[in-house]
Amino acid sequence: MEDFLTQLTSKYNFWAYIVLMMIGLYAMIAKGNLIKKLMGLGIFQTAIMLFYVAIGSKAGATIPILLDTHSKELIDFADYINPLPHVLMLTAIVVSVATLGVALALVQRIFDVHGTLEEDEILEKIKNP
Amino acid sequence: MKKAALVAVLLAGAFLILSMENFSSWGDIESPASRHISRYFIEKSYEDTHTPNFVTAVLADYRGFDTMLETVVVFTAALACFLIVRLPSDVCKPGLFYYRHASTGLVVRRRQACALPDEGGAFERVDSDWPPHDVVVTTTCRMIIPFIQLYALYVLAHGHYSPGGGFQGGVIFAASYVLLAVSHDLRTLVNQLTERFTHLLAAAGVLVYFGTGLLGLAKGANFLDYDAVADIMGVSLASGHSLGILFVETGVAMTVTAALVIIFKLLSSRGAVTEGL
Repeated sequence: MEDFLTQLTSKYNFWAYIVLMMIGLYAMIAKGNLIKKLMGLGIFQTAIMLFYVAIGSKAGATIPILLDTHSKELIDFADYINPLPHVLMLTAIVVSVATLGVALALVQRIFDVHGTLEEDEILEKIKNP
Repeated sequence: MKKAALVAVLLAGAFLILSMENFSSWGDIESPASRHISRYFIEKSYEDTHTPNFVTAVLADYRGFDTMLETVVVFTAALACFLIVRLPSDVCKPGLFYYRHASTGLVVRRRQACALPDEGGAFERVDSDWPPHDVVVTTTCRMIIPFIQLYALYVLAHGHYSPGGGFQGGVIFAASYVLLAVSHDLRTLVNQLTERFTHLLAAAGVLVYFGTGLLGLAKGANFLDYDAVADIMGVSLASGHSLGILFVETGVAMTVTAALVIIFKLLSSRGAVTEGL
């Protein structure tokens, strides 16, 4: 129990990501409306991005931009947070916006053809046209 | 179905929480992600590339292939959006369409619109579902937009020294055009950035990136090796890397701007690119 409590306090950020991720996953599985599914997708992606940025953090470090470019001293890697997760998520954010655009385009076409965005109604219309 | 989904999601969440003890805690310097190559990036990237912003150096230099193909993904997304929703221009769109005669002010209503009749001539298109715009909004946005675009160029060019770069600059640039479309109307945007132009810009951005990579091959080095840029421009090796990063970031910004404007134009007008937000 003590173990569990220390984990709860030292790793509370992961709880937030897991909760967010599960909200997104539930919306994608259980919701019938296609727009709500896309919202779930967005929440899921946000949880992943927060998770990545969090694992790059270092206590007492600053943003990954070199402070003094003229200093001859060796750069201490504990002074700057890990740039790699930031790089990965930077591209992921823009790509997620672009793919969301494609998803919305598909949703528009589905609405044009079937006149509804509810998944069960669309399935019904495909079965008995 | 919903109950099964809830059980599955709760189970997955419980497993993730149980596995949490294997994660490193918040702010751990020795976390696995920081242990391997990121140490090299922080200690050596200024020496290698003359770029104080490690994120930019890693993005465009050490992980150049990754970023190149991410740019291709953004380009492909814009292309896919175009292929999915764009209506052919010779298909008549049913609905009500209003045209105002410029000299008399008479408004004509048509029940369907084919190709735009005589655009820029005697008749001016009037939106059917959008009231006349407030002059305060229109004027303010017209004054703000150039500064937003200037800031976007600053973010792009200053990505070496401060948070920024091609993706961010491109998104801000695209946002300025979205603001133009929202504050005026979609036709104003289409007159400024025609579909032909945005498609060419998106492709040109990818081409700039690949072209910078091909410079390396032309000089007998590897693809995307910025040593060749240093050789061609006659600067030191690290400055050449800095220049190479600027070139590819420019390509990224062009593609991202064009792709987001294409997607906005198509989605807001439901594929017709004549009338929308």
